[in-house]
Amino acid sequence: MSAAVAFSPEQLAEVRRLQALYPDRRGALLPVLHMAQDTFGWISLDVEAYVAGLFDLSPAHVHEVVTFYTLYFRQPKGRHVVAVCHNLSCHLAGAPDILRHVRERLGIDVGETSDDGRVTLQSVECLCACEAAPMMQVDDRYELHLTPETVDRILEELR
Amino acid sequence: MTTEPILSRNFDRPAARTLAGYRETGGYGAWARAQEMEPAAILEAVKASNLRGLGGAGFPTGMKWSFIPKGHAGPVYLVVNADEGEPGTFKDRYLLERDPHALIEGMLIAARAIRSALGFVYIRGEYVQPWRVFDAAVREAYDAGLLGRGLDVIVHRGAGAYICGEETGLISSLEGKKGWPKVKPPFPAIKGAFGQPTIVNNVETLCCVPHIVARGAAWFAGLGTKTQGGTRMYSVSGRVRRPGVYETSVSITLRQLIELAGGVAGTGRLKAVVPGGGSAPILTADEIDVTMDVDGLKAAGSMIGSAGVVVMDESVSIPEALLVLARFYAHESCGQCTPCRESTGWIYRMVHRIVDGHGRKEDLDTILDVARRGAGTTICAFYDGAVGPYISYIEKFRAEFEALIPK
Repeated sequence: MSAAVAFSPEQLAEVRRLQALYPDRRGALLPVLHMAQDTFGWISLDVEAYVAGLFDLSPAHVHEVVTFYTLYFRQPKGRHVVAVCHNLSCHLAGAPDILRHVRERLGIDVGETSDDGRVTLQSVECLCACEAAPMMQVDDRYELHLTPETVDRILEELR
Repeated sequence: MTTEPILSRNFDRPAARTLAGYRETGGYGAWARAQEMEPAAILEAVKASNLRGLGGAGFPTGMKWSFIPKGHAGPVYLVVNADEGEPGTFKDRYLLERDPHALIEGMLIAARAIRSALGFVYIRGEYVQPWRVFDAAVREAYDAGLLGRGLDVIVHRGAGAYICGEETGLISSLEGKKGWPKVKPPFPAIKGAFGQPTIVNNVETLCCVPHIVARGAAWFAGLGTKTQGGTRMYSVSGRVRRPGVYETSVSITLRQLIELAGGVAGTGRLKAVVPGGGSAPILTADEIDVTMDVDGLKAAGSMIGSAGVVVMDESVSIPEALLVLARFYAHESCGQCTPCRESTGWIYRMVHRIVDGHGRKEDLDTILDVARRGAGTTICAFYDGAVGPYISYIEKFRAEFEALIPK
């Protein structure tokens, strides 16, 4: 695996551009980790070590950062990530029922990925779209005012 | 009380999201005026406007700016806190998506006042769409020469951590570390991002600044109460008929605001309201004749926080609501301070077993005791923000919790 972990020359130029933007190049660590996840799919220990090398940081520092944030995946994720909000306003609007429905439809529990690698399911804290509760995030987009019917349609469209 | 939309004036004008459309509404006129003002005059105007931070702490903005050391030779940074995450709050998402240039204009003026040449906008990682819209506006502003000539702006995406909304946690994260809050003093205005004097302001706070410059500090101060100027954007959700963002004077009462949002939904009978985001102590149905400014809520024993209003009708289970919040605090505690790290998990487990019907008689008093002992002992305000709900939900609705505990 470690041999496969490398950015392209264009990506390395982007890393250097990002590092030069910040008063201390370490400021670019989160953006570069986002890039790494987009490129390699998830952040393995090998990816952490590779990114550490780009910043002249210890792999331990990068591990500490990666494990602190929820948006870095430390195991392979599905082609799509479905994150159902379970905080207060969504809870009041029926989020527990929505989450139960999603789990049944996908046949997986929170934190799991479907066998076909299609979807990873999460249950997350407030995504700040409470006016449209219950809601969930599907990859880059917010899906609002959920009902079991709209959930079915959204999940069916994920390939 | 004003009903004129100020911060939300462009929300129904999609064209205003482009530079040309924003200019048509008078956009960047305040920046033109500010360029003819001395930095000190801008600062004095913001002080006189009684603008207070709209992210959560409610600190007077002009005073915050004035803490930048005089004659500091090195760089000064302006950081925009767009890490919106307080449960029940969504107004910064609206501002980023629907009026991105207003924030850029506010940044330009603020940066002139504090003599900053570099600004950061820290947007929560989940806000992909708001980030795209705002980032496009920044690129437009560069192309038009509004940015890049005295002020550079870096749009920085977070990676999922509520604590990064705390200003020193945000700074740690911006520096490429886990988002651990820092011990104060030194305050960020003295030693902040990358070791330099730094002002961290919320999105909405900075969006007020162009209006203060354009229409005057006295006008802005006159919109609000004696100790807080302006309007603000109230995020109203939960059991109301028309959830959404409502911009009104900060002199509105909570009762009026709920009416503005269509009144109580569900059973139609109010039980309780969270007036200022998840971390605000809860108010009962009898406690809603309170003005929705910083000092009004403080006098009522709660806090306005981020102005996220969550309405609960009579059918809502208060123990369940506390369980949802206790889970949130246990998950989001950054782990740096022992009282917070340990108590948030412990209290979550106790509330969990109460709601599950396995509570012990002593649990409620144990929660209150643990909550009170930890309050005020930690580096940042996160744990105090958890203690507010723990104590207020149990004290005000104790019988409801006791009914769940086996005799």
